[in-house]
Amino acid sequence: MRARYNDAMPILTARDQAAVRKEFERITGPVKLVVFSQELAAAELCQQNEQLVREVAELSDQITVEVLNLAIDRERAEAYGVDQVPAIVVEGSRDYGIRFYGVPLGYEFSNLIDSIIVTSTGAPALAEDTLASLRALSADVDIKVFSTPT
Amino acid sequence: MRLAQHMSVASDRVRSTVIEATEFPELSRAYQVMGVPKVVINDRVQFEGAVPEQEFLGAVLQAVETS
Repeated sequence: MRARYNDAMPILTARDQAAVRKEFERITGPVKLVVFSQELAAAELCQQNEQLVREVAELSDQITVEVLNLAIDRERAEAYGVDQVPAIVVEGSRDYGIRFYGVPLGYEFSNLIDSIIVTSTGAPALAEDTLASLRALSADVDIKVFSTPT
Repeated sequence: MRLAQHMSVASDRVRSTVIEATEFPELSRAYQVMGVPKVVINDRVQFEGAVPEQEFLGAVLQAVETS
């Protein structure tokens, strides 16, 4: 994966594309990537994020992309609970509550790919005990994972 | 951390946000992010580094209990 964004060049190398295509063989249903941008807030990062998402979406005919503007599409942003840009919502047959803030490159790129697959299947890779505990949750849980690209 | 996303798919109660720390310095400061990955659950329970599934679940349950 190329570290720096350049208008003339794709972010994903041919090798990245081949690896992701292989991963995407596990996709079993439609996935929608809803991208929130806002030129005034973070133009370069938002452009890079949109480009990355479009390049990923090209690798599977099950993936669709919708680009929204945080300032203009306020109702949608509020409904998704998104208040930062760049942001990506990963939706499967429904919204499972998965969000990415910032451009998911490096380690987070594989996390994005994995999120796409698990939202398509709706089948989390968790132990039976964990699933039972999560089904029994009596309150909402908000998990924030702070990460870096490398 | 993939566990968070898989937990989101497993339960409608669970929502997960991956935050690129260097792109969001204010958020990172607010949550006192010194090392990554850092996980913050319900703004109450937090830990750094990758942990096994059971430990992650324990933190989730702890966050819910103290809610």
